Amino acid sequence: MTRNLMLTTATAVLLAGGTMLTAQQTHPETGETLAETQVFKYRLLDQFPTIDPQLIEETAGGHVARQLFEGLLTQDAEGSLRPGVATEWSSEDNQTWTFKLREDARWSNGDPLTANDFVYAWRRAADPATASEYAWYVELTQMEGAKEIIEGNAAPDTLGVRAVDDHTLEVTLSQPLPYFPQMAVHYTLMPTHQATIEEHGNDWTDPENIVVNGAYKLAEIAVNEFFRLEKNPEYWGAEDVIIEEVVGYVINDANQALSRFQAGEFDMMDDLPVGSYPDLEEESPETAHAVPRLCSYYYTVNQSESGHEALKDPNVRKALSYAVRREVIVDQILQAGQAPAYSFTHWATADFELPTIDYSEWSQDERMQKAMELMKEAGYGPDNPLDLDLIYNTSENHKQIAIAVSQMWKPLGVNITLSNYEWQSYLDIRGNQQFDLARSAWCADYNEASTFLDLLSSNNANNDGKYVSEEFDTLLDEAAKADDPQPLYTQAEEVLARDMAIIPIYHYTQNFVLDPTIKNWSMENAENNWYVKDIYRVAE
Amino acid sequence: MVVSRSQSAALAASAPMGPPRSLWADARARFFRNRAAVGGLVVLGLVAAFAIFGPLVAQHSIEEINWNLLGKVDDAGGPCFLSGPSNEIPPCSETGHWFGTDAQARDLFARTVQGTQISLMVGVVGALIAVLVGTIYGAVSGYFGGRLDNVMMRVVDVLMSVPYMFVLILLLVVFGRSILMLFIGIGLISWLDMARIARGQTLSLRGRDFIEAAIATGVHPFRIILRHIVPNLLGVVIVYATLLVPSMIIYESFISFLGLGVQEPLTSWGALINEGADQMRQGLWMLLIPLFFFVVSLFGFFFVGDGLRDALDPKDR
Amino acid sequence: MIAFILRRLLFAIPVLLILIVLTFVLMYTAPGSPFASDRGVPPAVLANLEREYGLDRPFLAQIGTYIWNIVTQFDFGPSFQYRDQDVNDLIEQGFPVTLTYGFWSFLVAVVAGGTLGIVAAIRQNTWLDYFAVGISIGAQVLPNFVMAPILVLIFTVWLGWLPGGGWQGGQIEYLIMPVIALSTSFMASIARIARASMLEVMTSNFIRTARAKGLPGRTIVLRHALKPALLPVISYLGPAFVGMITGSVVIDLYFSTGGIGQFFVASALNRDYGVMMGITVLLGALTILFNLLVDILYAWIDPKIRY
Repeated sequence: MTRNLMLTTATAVLLAGGTMLTAQQTHPETGETLAETQVFKYRLLDQFPTIDPQLIEETAGGHVARQLFEGLLTQDAEGSLRPGVATEWSSEDNQTWTFKLREDARWSNGDPLTANDFVYAWRRAADPATASEYAWYVELTQMEGAKEIIEGNAAPDTLGVRAVDDHTLEVTLSQPLPYFPQMAVHYTLMPTHQATIEEHGNDWTDPENIVVNGAYKLAEIAVNEFFRLEKNPEYWGAEDVIIEEVVGYVINDANQALSRFQAGEFDMMDDLPVGSYPDLEEESPETAHAVPRLCSYYYTVNQSESGHEALKDPNVRKALSYAVRREVIVDQILQAGQAPAYSFTHWATADFELPTIDYSEWSQDERMQKAMELMKEAGYGPDNPLDLDLIYNTSENHKQIAIAVSQMWKPLGVNITLSNYEWQSYLDIRGNQQFDLARSAWCADYNEASTFLDLLSSNNANNDGKYVSEEFDTLLDEAAKADDPQPLYTQAEEVLARDMAIIPIYHYTQNFVLDPTIKNWSMENAENNWYVKDIYRVAE
Repeated sequence: MVVSRSQSAALAASAPMGPPRSLWADARARFFRNRAAVGGLVVLGLVAAFAIFGPLVAQHSIEEINWNLLGKVDDAGGPCFLSGPSNEIPPCSETGHWFGTDAQARDLFARTVQGTQISLMVGVVGALIAVLVGTIYGAVSGYFGGRLDNVMMRVVDVLMSVPYMFVLILLLVVFGRSILMLFIGIGLISWLDMARIARGQTLSLRGRDFIEAAIATGVHPFRIILRHIVPNLLGVVIVYATLLVPSMIIYESFISFLGLGVQEPLTSWGALINEGADQMRQGLWMLLIPLFFFVVSLFGFFFVGDGLRDALDPKDR
Repeated sequence: MIAFILRRLLFAIPVLLILIVLTFVLMYTAPGSPFASDRGVPPAVLANLEREYGLDRPFLAQIGTYIWNIVTQFDFGPSFQYRDQDVNDLIEQGFPVTLTYGFWSFLVAVVAGGTLGIVAAIRQNTWLDYFAVGISIGAQVLPNFVMAPILVLIFTVWLGWLPGGGWQGGQIEYLIMPVIALSTSFMASIARIARASMLEVMTSNFIRTARAKGLPGRTIVLRHALKPALLPVISYLGPAFVGMITGSVVIDLYFSTGGIGQFFVASALNRDYGVMMGITVLLGALTILFNLLVDILYAWIDPKIRY
């Protein structure tokens, strides 16, 4: 009853807003009637710590950076590459890449944007003096000299990037990397304006100082409250940009945010309250959306010395994995279109082919039966219970899944102690292998299977479960050099499933509500990269 | 802060109790004439009975998930006595979820019982710690007087200017969350006022004949404090403690709101209310049931506390 | 009196120093680092960050520099979380917000609570009295983290009268709900205290004398009873102030007001050492200052008190 009332009110507000419009304009391509005020408002979960592209290390700041700055390449609504500042890009050997930059690109203060601005920004990202948390991303691109620079053993100007002329950028990698252009989309590699940074230091991102090259510029910001962007007239594509203003509101509490969305205060929010999606979808299917998102949710199993003895036995790990009723988790807890996971790599990853994983085709009863057998063989069962602890970081979602999984394992004779830690302690505990099982998730940095699989190679610092497999490592090494790495990735997933290196649980979807008058939203972009310059608001 | 410094000041200023027996009898009579106080006492008794005997009646454990209801709690998870043809809630004979379930389809009755136990425990133990530390500190300070008194009271002043809730948050973050930490943290926040009250009372007791006599006969000072002073502070202490319990419970609920309370699958009123507030759209019972227990118990404590103060305060109103 | 104030202010210095050292030690013992992330920062990058923030220096040097910078330049250092801001910036932006809604909440709590309590006492055992007592206990036990979403549900979603959050420089429509949510429980406490003390004063001998002399009721209340009855209320203002500061966490989280409240928890959770220390010092100083103000006010109203 309450819910209905709220909805009627929300609709009433929307309708009232719609009827007040008078002057009409139409969209140049589709011919739709545009709304008179072209303002896009959305909700942020947390205040972004910074909008300096080289310093950003989380998604909220990343979203803002994509509006303010434009990198070499951007992504379209499907997540495919499209020109940004660079109009053409090519490589003979996947190791030396050349980017042709557009000649009409300008900074918001009118300065021309040249290849040197990229060189400056990329060196800055790697420079120890910048102390960027995301310096590792530069290393990940295999750019020549990155590692040495970050470690302080080489000068920043030895980085493998140079301006051939004002409009040609040449990048040299230390090994062939066919997906380097995909990586160039990332905010760490966006250009920054040297003169501004040198003049204002840390204050260069203040609204009165900042110089940008994207479709919008920063107008106002109040920490933990809101920020406002205005259209940047100097942007090369400014003519095609329809939304005039972007406003972001910081609202920590998800329920509070949803109330305000329903009261019509803003147009888009993600991070919806746990369990609210089915109702939202039922009530207004044109508002609620779930699209694939390249993140995988899994339980890390500690296979190192500090973990429980039993967990070194692949059969115990298999039994645990078989007993997880993934359908219950996705259909009854999350309820927002997530996919049950049997592989680490997300199913929607570009070009990736999922292997056939045996237990994904069994019924849950078969899985449970097999799990019981395996546990019995390993010597555990209700009469000899296996006591394990499961750590997760504070979050309603993680809590609900952990509670459900611990109940699913009960019949195997597994007693779980739940330990909830706040984020920093959790990272510390997980990073030092002081756990048996740990809730984990990994999101793609770029749209390619190696962004997931690399994590489980034995020398990866983030391989918190300390899974070690020579076979797996060899496959990844070969994949890095292969022309077509996809079959090798598929094989690598098979190895993971055979060893049950992790317990995959589900593959993410991006769930959000979007006002139906906002059009051309990037519904197919699995990396959740959106550009306000692409969208527009139609009149009702 | 619910127990105000004014109350403590008033208590500190009021005269110590007269001869024990007649006072207690008098107080009892006065207390039972106060209908609100008696009502509060009855409510608290019922809540305590709920916490003690609840587990015997509950049909489920606090952690077991009803897989049939998981995922449709908002339609079918309501209290089973509301079951009827117009909704999907299964009848009580089938599920036994008298209070419905929480968002994860666990029995809310069992969880409310358990939350009541924890919250009452935090309230009572926290108040006990505050009262014990505060009384002894205040009595020692007041009894010895002079420079020691001066130093000890300055220490109290210093501690009063520490932003405690912030420090408690830090402690819980740094040392991890545990019930023990919660007890100690909450208890230690609140002993300062008690120390001031106890000192004030002790100061006026010191000049009395029976204390002088004890000193004259060479009784050890600590024996005097424990045997003669503390028993005479009892009236004030009881009143203060009763008023302290609800503030402890409120503190705990605040800590739970911040996500620093007890670990799953354990719960508390604060945690239940907070989860319920998050689920307001899905089902109001998840908020209203724990909130009801929280509110009536706090009402109970306040009425009993006020009643006790009126009853034990020699000034006739 | 001036000597008393000076003594108290002097006293604040060691208190703040102890507080700083205590928080610093707590920070050091906490597991985790401000720079940890899901991505696992490589050791070389971590070393660069620690050098940037001086975390590679010995403990005593760090705390020494910290205190030195505060004393000499009033500089609380950088924020470890907000890379574009330093602690002074964050406090400069957030504190006026907290102060504004805090001030109005305080005013509402004292005026409304005081009036409610005193009226209830004068009209003891009438429906007005029962109403006031009922309201005040009810308001006191309803946690503000329950009240805040209910307010939004009513005023924003149902009635559409008020924006559900934000600050926008503190315009009145953004101020109403935060003030209601923050002030209610304190208003209730003040009403209870005021009622109890007013009752006590009204039965005391000097009021009886005044009545016997045939003074009109209004004069008795305003001229003679009010001042002594307010003393306990005044001594409650100190704790109320501290409580409101704590309560501002809830306000900032629910209403996105952008005050400093949410740093209390967030800075500790993010291991933002800089902000954490800054907030500790600020809260400590405020608490001391406010307790001092209350004591001065108390002495001013109650001439019996000597310092």
